[in-house]
Amino acid sequence: MNRRRRRRLAAFKTVVYVVLGLFFLLPIAAMVEFATRGVGLSSPRTLSAFTSIGSDPELVDAITASLELAVITSVGMLALLLPTMIWIRLRVPRMVRPVELVCLTPLTIPAIVLVVGFAPIYQWIEINVSDSILTLAFAYLILVLPYCYRALDAGLSAVDIRTLSEAARNLGASWGTVMWRIIVPNMSSAVSNACLLCVAVVLGEFTVANLLNFENLQVAISILGTGNASVSIALAVVSLVFVFFFLLVLSFFGRALSRRRGGAARA
Amino acid sequence: MRNNAARATRLGLALTVVATVAACGASSDPSWSTATSAASNGGMSALVTAAKAEGQLNVIALPLNWANYGTIIKDFSAKYGIKVNQANPQGSSQDEVNAVKSEAGTSNAPDVLDIGMAVAWANTSLFEPYEVSEWSEIPADQKDASGLWYQDYGGYMSIGYDSSKYTVTSVSDLLTPAFKSAVALDGDPTEANAALNGVMMTSLASGGSLTNIGPGVSFFKQLNAAGNFVPVTATAATIDNGTTPVVFNWDYLNSASVVSLPSWKVFVPSDAVLGGYYAQAITKTAPHPAAARLWEEYLYSATGQNLWLQGGARPVEMSAMQANRTINQTSAAALPSVSGTPVTLDQSQASAAAGYLASNWSAAVGS
Amino acid sequence: MRRPLGGRLRISTTWLGAAPFLVYSGVFLVLPAALVVVGAFSGPHGPTLANLAQLNQPYVVSAFVNSLVLSAVSASIGAVVGAVLAYAVATGSPDGILRRLVTALCGVLSQFGGVTLAFAFIATIGTEGFIVIWLQQHGITFYPNGVWLFSLTGLTLIYTYFEIPLMVIVFMPALDGVRPQWREATETLGGATWHYWRHVAGPLLLPAFLGAWLLLFANAFSAYATAAALLDIGGVIVPLQISRALSSEVGLNQANFAAALALGMVVVVAVIIVLYSWLQRRSARWLPR
Repeated sequence: MNRRRRRRLAAFKTVVYVVLGLFFLLPIAAMVEFATRGVGLSSPRTLSAFTSIGSDPELVDAITASLELAVITSVGMLALLLPTMIWIRLRVPRMVRPVELVCLTPLTIPAIVLVVGFAPIYQWIEINVSDSILTLAFAYLILVLPYCYRALDAGLSAVDIRTLSEAARNLGASWGTVMWRIIVPNMSSAVSNACLLCVAVVLGEFTVANLLNFENLQVAISILGTGNASVSIALAVVSLVFVFFFLLVLSFFGRALSRRRGGAARA
Repeated sequence: MRNNAARATRLGLALTVVATVAACGASSDPSWSTATSAASNGGMSALVTAAKAEGQLNVIALPLNWANYGTIIKDFSAKYGIKVNQANPQGSSQDEVNAVKSEAGTSNAPDVLDIGMAVAWANTSLFEPYEVSEWSEIPADQKDASGLWYQDYGGYMSIGYDSSKYTVTSVSDLLTPAFKSAVALDGDPTEANAALNGVMMTSLASGGSLTNIGPGVSFFKQLNAAGNFVPVTATAATIDNGTTPVVFNWDYLNSASVVSLPSWKVFVPSDAVLGGYYAQAITKTAPHPAAARLWEEYLYSATGQNLWLQGGARPVEMSAMQANRTINQTSAAALPSVSGTPVTLDQSQASAAAGYLASNWSAAVGS
Repeated sequence: MRRPLGGRLRISTTWLGAAPFLVYSGVFLVLPAALVVVGAFSGPHGPTLANLAQLNQPYVVSAFVNSLVLSAVSASIGAVVGAVLAYAVATGSPDGILRRLVTALCGVLSQFGGVTLAFAFIATIGTEGFIVIWLQQHGITFYPNGVWLFSLTGLTLIYTYFEIPLMVIVFMPALDGVRPQWREATETLGGATWHYWRHVAGPLLLPAFLGAWLLLFANAFSAYATAAALLDIGGVIVPLQISRALSSEVGLNQANFAAALALGMVVVVAVIIVLYSWLQRRSARWLPR
């Protein structure tokens, strides 16, 4: 890349980051500004809204449940979706479009209506299987389908899986090896983005848990936030920051895992 | 939704529930699920013992700053050692009833409901009759004769406003240019009880009546055309922030326990005193029937009623408590002054108003 | 490719690969969706078309139009701006801290919505938002012609707040698949930057871009909580109508009408998907698939 183009690119990136950075961070700054106001026009700023969140045991339980759900859903999503997507692209190409449509369906029906459909199934599950909040994973796996499918598809579209799999099979590799040791390492960014979306969706999910009377992180925040305006905004900010740091930490793990699996055969 | 598959599933579930409840009678005394009063099943001490054995209570749609529910829940929980599980804190009365139907038979099902009258009248088949110890202190026209529902607290529709910026002496003041981008409702009148009563109150003040909500809709149409109406749902946050400095809401939701602005004042017009009460009910499929009944006993005791009073709401036993002198005088004095004759929407008037709004509200303020 | 074992066995092993997904989505997606569809055709006295007939009312039709425009506009803005941001990130160091920060931030913000998002915007550019006040102090009126934040325009802007991050996350893997060799090859053949984008990278990225746009559209189309907090004026978009039909506490609730509205939404998205499929076929015909 020549120097002129490099400078143009750098200028372009600076403009993009500054403009969009302002767009995304200003509303959050406004929330922090509101949550730190004192009562009355001229009282000093206070962090009391934030500190009063403290270590409410209900909140801790809800955070734990949500984190467990995030892990279960991510693992389930990868186990269910990734092999299916690779398999149908290789062996049953006619099913690619129908599966894509099925994966988009959860997003076409608003969550408040989807819950009406989930409710009888969950009634059965709660009485006959378990009434633990972790059963929400069944519903969450469906809710993350549209997002994760799209992320994985974008990664798959960049990999020539037909050539790679043919070459590998000719050299005697099993389907398992083809999938996990050849194709997946070539789409590591797609896999990690899909997991990231999964975790973000589960930690931010409110409607389904709320209408099924479960108390996950967002429902607990909603309950605590009904007490006081500043506390509700402070809770929202804390939740955003918490999920942000959690996703950031996850991204470091993702890199370490894919590097450990050994060098990917970049085609 | 009524269809054969759902009905068959429910029948199967009902049979499973009966078997399950019979099998785990250890944690909850099944006799409490049909007890119609504490006295009929062993008295208050037996009720307390049974409730403590159940150990939990499922409530729904109780925001912590609504009529002081935060303190009530904390106090009840500490007093009896019963964990109160809250669900759907911002839900509507209809959401509560929907949850009862869709969670029936599960351990997440709501035990007790606090709902608006329209929803109570329409869903009595879901309630279990119960008469609290203070049953006689509830006025006869504020409870169901067979004990299915009983009103708990209420208030008058009011206009709350930031007195450092505005002065409100009558409803028509709001149409003046001084109130540009200032006036808000608590929700959508075609959906929320408080908002519907807000429109009805302006109707009463503009020449309408309990059977005619038309002038109220015209009032809001004018308000919107003048640029004074803010379509945002008024919450404590938007009030504090200053985006909705004038709000139509029940007086207890405009009270100091909800709004932390020191300059907030509450105005109830003397020519339009529109009252509204909510009602309690115990559900038929309550997973913790003894705890549910204990909760009701607690709410209708002087302690519970006074806690509601502290939240700015008028408890249903108010006149009886004033006679007995069990009322908290400070809180009673802090209620906004109301002059004029109070009226309340009855069942047919409420549904007529809702029907009118369904056809005319969007057109009036939608642009 | 290895020769399969025999006619019947080949079919069963091929379909077996997709079976877990089909079974799972059958139970947890198709079944609830079917319950909703059945509800759309149910009435108090058995099957009926009355719920669907109600969809013909003017306020329902205008709600669908509003929803369509809102979703299409916010998805388009989100897709373009998101692609630009994704490009800016993808051209940086793949292991760098900036990329991690932006990706994590986009992950969080893509799911940020509801009452708090509406309030965040109200606190920023609402009538008492801190930017509006700051500009007022410098003599600039932010809202000379009425407060556009409290309208569908404002709602569209707020929707882009979560659409752009979503685009970044789902589109970035496609950008990561862009090989530097393509650029080199274009330059070797004498092509400039715009040649590269117009004839090489653009067409190769178009299928992923369209797919992401579709996701953004569906995401905006079914979003509800933010609109409920900001524009509580009586069902101006379809999800708000559904919410009224499900949760109205003044007696206007009709669960079956809500199901009919949801069915209407599915039909609208199905039509969009047909257009999308046609576009995909045209744009992907010479990709190695």
